[in-house]
Amino acid sequence: MSGKTTKAGGRASTTSTDRLGRLLALVPYVVNRDSVALEEAAEAFGVTEKQLIDDLNLLWCVELRSPDPYCPIDLSYEGGEITVTEAESIARPLRLKVDEASALLVALRMLADVPGLQDRDALSRVIAKLETAAGAAGAAAGKVSVEVDAHGDALARLRQAIGAGRRVHLSYYVPARDENTERDVDPMRLLVVEGNTYLEGWCRRAEAVRLFRLDRVTDLTVLEVPAQVPETAEPIDVDAGLFRPSDRDERVTFELTPQGRWVADYHPCESVTELGEGRLRIVLRTPDTRWVRGLALRLGDQGRIVDPPALAAAVRADAARALARYDER
Amino acid sequence: MSRRKTERLLNLVVCLLATRRYLTAEQIRRAVPGYPDAGEAFKRMFERDKEELRELGVPLEVGSDGDGGGGEEIGYRIPPQAYELPDIHLTPDEAAVLGLAARVWQRASMAEAASGALLKLRAAGVDTGTDTSVGIEPRVGAGDPAFPALWEAVRDGRPVAFDYQGVGRTAVARRHLEPWGVVSRRGRWYVVGHDRDRGEARVFRLSRITGEVAPDGRPGTVTVPDGVDVRRIAFDRGEPAAEPRPATVRLRAGAAQGPRRWAKQVRPAGDGWDEAVLTFHDVDRFAPYLARFADDVVVLDPPDLREAVIWQLKAVVAGSDQ
Repeated sequence: MSGKTTKAGGRASTTSTDRLGRLLALVPYVVNRDSVALEEAAEAFGVTEKQLIDDLNLLWCVELRSPDPYCPIDLSYEGGEITVTEAESIARPLRLKVDEASALLVALRMLADVPGLQDRDALSRVIAKLETAAGAAGAAAGKVSVEVDAHGDALARLRQAIGAGRRVHLSYYVPARDENTERDVDPMRLLVVEGNTYLEGWCRRAEAVRLFRLDRVTDLTVLEVPAQVPETAEPIDVDAGLFRPSDRDERVTFELTPQGRWVADYHPCESVTELGEGRLRIVLRTPDTRWVRGLALRLGDQGRIVDPPALAAAVRADAARALARYDER
Repeated sequence: MSRRKTERLLNLVVCLLATRRYLTAEQIRRAVPGYPDAGEAFKRMFERDKEELRELGVPLEVGSDGDGGGGEEIGYRIPPQAYELPDIHLTPDEAAVLGLAARVWQRASMAEAASGALLKLRAAGVDTGTDTSVGIEPRVGAGDPAFPALWEAVRDGRPVAFDYQGVGRTAVARRHLEPWGVVSRRGRWYVVGHDRDRGEARVFRLSRITGEVAPDGRPGTVTVPDGVDVRRIAFDRGEPAAEPRPATVRLRAGAAQGPRRWAKQVRPAGDGWDEAVLTFHDVDRFAPYLARFADDVVVLDPPDLREAVIWQLKAVVAGSDQ
């Protein structure tokens, strides 16, 4: 599941500073483990074995010439096993930088805000240990915080369902279509993306992998049926963005007044063009124009659809029909 | 980048860690292979190398021993106690949540920082299994172009200036801010600080910052006042919310599922309609929400809400003439 996520040092080291950081970590990595297989170390550092061997050769070449010449590092990788017999001053890793300590501490504190996480105890212990190890570098982490809307009750029950491998039944509200739907889902995992909590699972109604936002689940039953996620079900690559338009989607162009600019903040736009004086033209893509009509009604005088013209006319007709209801009385 | 440079920097770190005394530039030049002969070329190269080490987070100490080999001349060393990561031992469950935390940041600078930290912790002997699943995978994006510069400003206590396009504004405005913190809610980032133009605490949304975030003062000149809670400033609008009021509405039977989720006293009203009571705070927010359901929702009462919805719908009908 985490196969696609970034490994430490996953990006190829491009600068000599990056590489130096890796070299300084490599020696203590081996020292702390007595001996490490080349393959294992290469994976841990996100480099090829060839690159790793070049790193080791570089470390082995370290020399000081004055006052007396000597080579402070002695290591070997004979038979594919790395051992370090002499590491001297670089046997310990370098301290965490402020950015490094902050990135982990902010993430850990955010996790501590997720209700129903069984590992809460481990979380507080690891936060305390990391704060101690980071020392002054950890202080700035308090200036960044990430809030999570987690919906604790459903979250805890879904975690149990995932743990027990059970199918669930969801009553699920779809705002885009203003519809309540009923569906059986074989849960795969829980995700927090862009501040919202989602269940990812095999939807037996759609026969596809779907994400369900927990704040739209109106009812949840854990069924006495084992979950059967098809082998072909691929987890969604959320790092690539939740919004992935398809070629079949319709393009809708809005023009927004300065008051309507919020739309560009809340909805992924294919393009955003400044029209001057704070006005915007945006292009949205959608498989279902119903929610776009709702959006246009919601905007009122803050913006309007300019293309396709038929959709703009449909929205005016929607509004006119609604107004007629008020004339009746 | 060149292997030779990496080699030289590595030699330099080992050399400065090994010495207890401050070494002068000249002593360093003689001890560390890879430097050119004394002169301008060496000076420039040594300056750049020092800068690279600082960027990497290597604590380079500058001073002199007095009675050292360099007399009173300025020298350099890296104190091991400032260089070394203190001992850290994690139990397997602790290591698992640490691994999870390291995967939280999506792309961008914070993801790199998290990877860098994990590398050092692994080097210290921590084993974070890559396949440990704790059942939930949180992700945080920090892809706003303004994020890296604002994080650095907050970290370094440095005032900044930027162009800001507020909602409802017809032009961008140059804003000057002493940033106190950055916070994220619902996937959106905000910076909170002392607004030098307004003379009070203000919140800015990162997605509305246009162009570069420029330094506007020296590092260390921003002080966060005692007792400031950045989250509260960002998300409590301060103005007391209007008293909640009931609204009586008609909902088309089988439609308007959204309002039905929290409607009270829903009862059939005949002719394919239900009548229900909804609670709202703010007419200006609630009327657009109801207008979205077109002719599936009709407001009966109160009159100001009813008028607001009618006005909203008329604006849509008139849209083509804007």
